[in-house]
Amino acid sequence: MSSAASHPAATPEGAHPFPHGHLTGIDGLQPWEIAFLLDEAEQWVALNRAATKHDDRLAGLTQINAFFENSTRTLLSFEIAGKRLGADVVNMHAAQSSVKKGETLLDTAITLNAMRPDIIVMRHGSSGAVQLIADKVDCPVLNAGDGWHEHPTQALLDALTIRRRKGAIAKQRVAICGDILHSRVARSNILALTALGAEVRVVAPPTLMPPAVERLGVTAFTDFDAGLDGCDVVMMLRLQTERMKSGLVPSAREYFALYGLTRERLEKAAPDALVMHPGPMNRGIEIASDIADDLDRSAITEQVEMGVAVRMACLDVLTRKGRGVEGWV
Amino acid sequence: MTGLTITGGTLIDPVADEERDGVVHVDDGLIAASEPEFAEPLDATGLHVAPGIVDLGVFAVDLPAFVAGGITRAALMPDQSVPLDEPSLIQRAAASGKPDVWIHPIAAATAGLDGEELAEIGLMQRAGACAVATGKSWIADGSVMLRVLRYAAALDLTVITTAEDAGLAGSAVATDGEASTRLGLAGAPAIAEAIAIARDLMLAEEAGARIHFRNVTTARGFDLIRDAKSRGLPVTCGITPAHLILCDVDIGPYRTFAKLTPPLRSADDRDAALAALADGTIDVIASGHDPQGTEAKRLPYADAEPGMAGAETLLTMSLGLVRDGRITLSRLFALLSSNPARILGIPGGSLDKGSPADIVMFDSDAPWKIDSEKMAASAGNTPFDGLPVQGRIAHVIKGGRLVIDRP
Repeated sequence: MSSAASHPAATPEGAHPFPHGHLTGIDGLQPWEIAFLLDEAEQWVALNRAATKHDDRLAGLTQINAFFENSTRTLLSFEIAGKRLGADVVNMHAAQSSVKKGETLLDTAITLNAMRPDIIVMRHGSSGAVQLIADKVDCPVLNAGDGWHEHPTQALLDALTIRRRKGAIAKQRVAICGDILHSRVARSNILALTALGAEVRVVAPPTLMPPAVERLGVTAFTDFDAGLDGCDVVMMLRLQTERMKSGLVPSAREYFALYGLTRERLEKAAPDALVMHPGPMNRGIEIASDIADDLDRSAITEQVEMGVAVRMACLDVLTRKGRGVEGWV
Repeated sequence: MTGLTITGGTLIDPVADEERDGVVHVDDGLIAASEPEFAEPLDATGLHVAPGIVDLGVFAVDLPAFVAGGITRAALMPDQSVPLDEPSLIQRAAASGKPDVWIHPIAAATAGLDGEELAEIGLMQRAGACAVATGKSWIADGSVMLRVLRYAAALDLTVITTAEDAGLAGSAVATDGEASTRLGLAGAPAIAEAIAIARDLMLAEEAGARIHFRNVTTARGFDLIRDAKSRGLPVTCGITPAHLILCDVDIGPYRTFAKLTPPLRSADDRDAALAALADGTIDVIASGHDPQGTEAKRLPYADAEPGMAGAETLLTMSLGLVRDGRITLSRLFALLSSNPARILGIPGGSLDKGSPADIVMFDSDAPWKIDSEKMAASAGNTPFDGLPVQGRIAHVIKGGRLVIDRP
């Protein structure tokens, strides 16, 4: 067997590297398509570290960031990504406007479409809402998070971070820890990391564990220490405070005692285990400050950096067809 | 009124549980023993001739859909824009379908269907209500449900209940499982149904009431019903074709037309429903007809209204169960017609002399394709859109009058 054939991330001969009009999720992507986006992102990591961070391949194109749910970090990341590629970036903060109700979502889509954007980046609080819009508009749609469903660029930036820090994703033992049930970050990461050959574990209190999660190809743990055993990567998730109000978690201090990442607990993982968090962090609830700030162990700021690069790659790849790039028309 | 003589067809007799060649005479709106004096002939060669469908559980009066579906009597659930919780509303609903379809309104068990105070069940019975129902939701308070059951029992009315434990179901839009996890949809455990059935069975037994579970969809639920029936309790249950044919995987990429109440279950539960159909645990197949326009369905999945327009696909989807060898045609019409009539205590469901001349005639093999754009229903929200099916209705007779006639 050739090395290309045995490697799940190698593009098979004759296959298009990314034959999708939208990026609504990791679900439906082939391993080599995920790897292709990561490979594409590398050049943007380099550019973003250069003195002049500019490319003009999206010059003249309009990128609408339609955010139906509040966001600071992701919106900023997409805005910077678009601007560094030369796009005209417009932000629509629908969460703060009159467009709050689902009834107007399709009308909003039709309105946005009429403004002839070249790409729409969308976040919405309902699972499936981005797909609904993608089916209705003429331009590529990039999912920046829909409900509990998917957040594909987060999974890509996490994968890129792991690949750069660990040299590979395949065979890495990764524990995703926290509120798996309500987490689109967890779902996209499970799909991406298992596709790329990692051994994925999920660790959550039983009240925050999705039903039948093992059918997604992961091992589930309710005991944090057992789940951490020998892990190469420990990915912590943010615990929303409303989970305590709705009775899914007894209290912040109990959560931290059972599911908070401390230095002592991190000893269970591999000696060089990498600590990740999609942000924003709740220090003292899911992660202890000294771990979060330990530059040797924590990749949290690097994740943010990789986020811009991965989003640049996605914006570039998704608009290639519209820009008439050879091989993409 | 001129009579009819229907010849050449294969009669489906759910009461005798047989199919036979024979002639049906119609005189003065009823099925007659012999040919009436003035009879038009109706050639039913190549067709099946069956009692009109009695649909136990529709949520809207949608006459074109009922007529197209061979439904001659429809039991209207109390879940209307104004819940059917007082006699004048019952009276008006009862008159709303004539002459093409008879609407049999079901009285709300509690005022406003809010599960707290008894509605005027006795007065509604006098106004024409044929049964009592909890509505789309379960009555969470056991003491209220016990009162409803005792009261209905004294009036000799069947109580129709929706079995889904309210606490467990919460705001779920799917059944817990791989599909809900992959789609990121709020799910409820399938046992929410069995827990509610277990409670209501005990309360019904305590009250000595007849109870009908409108839509049972899980293995654990069927086990409870099977056990109650074996103990001789007056318990019946129903299901829709969608819950017999589809499972949670069919939600696919957020198909809101497949958002139903209860939500689609796992493939294992669907298989248990097919087994319960075959072994006689299920008494009724109903459409659950609930047309929802695009403004209610073209929404993110969690925000979309549940329900399907099921009336005009009820017969054809059910005929698929016969074709698959799961049940016989005569048993199918027990499920679609004679059992619901018996449970509701209304006429219909029979081709015997003296029965109302409610008759559906169909070609069980004729192929067609379900097209949500071309439905007679007030909205085309069917999860079976695009499906090639067999079984086409040729004639429908309601009370001796031809309401569909396309030979």
